[in-house]
Amino acid sequence: MPEILIEIFSTLKATVVDVLPILSIILVFQLFVIRKPIPNVKKVGFGFFYVLLGLALFLLGLEKALFPLGKMMAEQLTSVDFLSGGEILTGSLVWSDYGWIYAFAAAIGFSTTIAEPSLIAVALKAEEVSGGAINATSLRIAVAIGVAIGISLGSYRIVVGDPIHYYIITGYIVVVIQTIFCPKLIVPLAYDSGGVTTSTVTVPLVAALGLGLASTIPGRSPLIDGFGLIAFASLFPIMAVMAYAQLTHINTHDNQTEE
Amino acid sequence: MNQQLLVFFKAFLGSFKDLLPIILVIAFFQFVVLQQTMPNIGEIFVGLVLVVLGLTFFIYGLEMSLFPIGESMAQAFAKKGSIWWLLTFAFCLGFGTTVAEPSLIAVAKEAANVAATGGIIEATDASQASYANGLRYTVAFSVGLAIVIGVLRILRAWPIQYLILGGYVLVVIMTIFAPQWIIGIAYDSGGVTTSTITVPLVTALGVGLASSIKGRNPMIDGFGLIAFASLTPMIFVMIYGMVLS
Repeated sequence: MPEILIEIFSTLKATVVDVLPILSIILVFQLFVIRKPIPNVKKVGFGFFYVLLGLALFLLGLEKALFPLGKMMAEQLTSVDFLSGGEILTGSLVWSDYGWIYAFAAAIGFSTTIAEPSLIAVALKAEEVSGGAINATSLRIAVAIGVAIGISLGSYRIVVGDPIHYYIITGYIVVVIQTIFCPKLIVPLAYDSGGVTTSTVTVPLVAALGLGLASTIPGRSPLIDGFGLIAFASLFPIMAVMAYAQLTHINTHDNQTEE
Repeated sequence: MNQQLLVFFKAFLGSFKDLLPIILVIAFFQFVVLQQTMPNIGEIFVGLVLVVLGLTFFIYGLEMSLFPIGESMAQAFAKKGSIWWLLTFAFCLGFGTTVAEPSLIAVAKEAANVAATGGIIEATDASQASYANGLRYTVAFSVGLAIVIGVLRILRAWPIQYLILGGYVLVVIMTIFAPQWIIGIAYDSGGVTTSTITVPLVTALGVGLASSIKGRNPMIDGFGLIAFASLTPMIFVMIYGMVLS
């Protein structure tokens, strides 16, 4: 038991060091530029402590439970033994032999996004600001579906070896078209959701998957092709959130005409 | 006290529900697809309890600290009426939180490795470190600039789509001219910059600003700061790659 306390303490210390720059910027501006005490300073202090403690426990737990398992899984799923189904390989693998990888990519993308703390924060804020018109849980599910599709497609790209920018630029064009047609209220939030999804939980697992894939497939360099999955995971949620807004918009529209 | 405990317990259950999909996915792939047993189940159980506890504390503290700080600072700056201080704060917040971001440090190191292997830079520790640092400062500068542009947009009520689409066009043009080896890294660097502490703070800042300025809609004008912060690093990292070649 004391061992785990030591681990918690050292992770907490590392988290505090990471947060120090933000904290000092806030304090300097609050004290020297705004020149007013922070309102409810005691509550804010406690809250900040909870945030740090929460983040430290969260990171330690991920390191202990999820990351080793998830990374091992990504390695095993991308190994040649598994991909060939235990049989001796007669020819080279084609893209359709990687079915479980696409499924794993989608599943891990979806589930890690649901647990992503910064997305929870943005979704809560969006629900509050929109007066409940945007439901925090639905928004998170929409983003998670986007990440799932993105990472799955990104894995397919690594398998077939297409240049990344064709996919990303096509994605941009879709985003532009959707922006024209979707409700204006959602646009900024949709753009934001691309950036918040790829954070603490998603990045390490997705990076492990990309690295594993790129090192198994002949002709791919893990150092060059391993990159790029994050870009897919940041682009597709934008489309998913706009699609979600378009669908719910259509629904409310239908309800109104029925009445 | 009991009531507080009940609130905490409910939040704990909520966090458990957030984590359930990961547990199911991992269990399914481990038992059904890979057909293996779970190694050191005790350790994993402890880890999961820590994750759920951590998420609960984080969300609990979020509403008490990061959200109110971001909003009260936004209101104070709006009242003070000094655009320069607000923009300086915006730049510092973007630069300061990004330069120390652990996932960015990791990606920069990896990217230095790529560059050395590809013969772009010398394969010595010193040149790799200077390359990685250059990349880090480039990204941090571009995030600072992004928050400045984003805050200006809120103040002036510029429509977000033109700015973002303009950014996309720039990314596409840069992609044509930038060296091949930097493109994957540049595209990824947009995603890794925004950390778990920065996102709530910056979101609260944007929403707070939009709600304290007359005629701004917090939904339309308040969100969007993060979007800029994930776009500018792509452009600047590609520039960095072009300057080096």
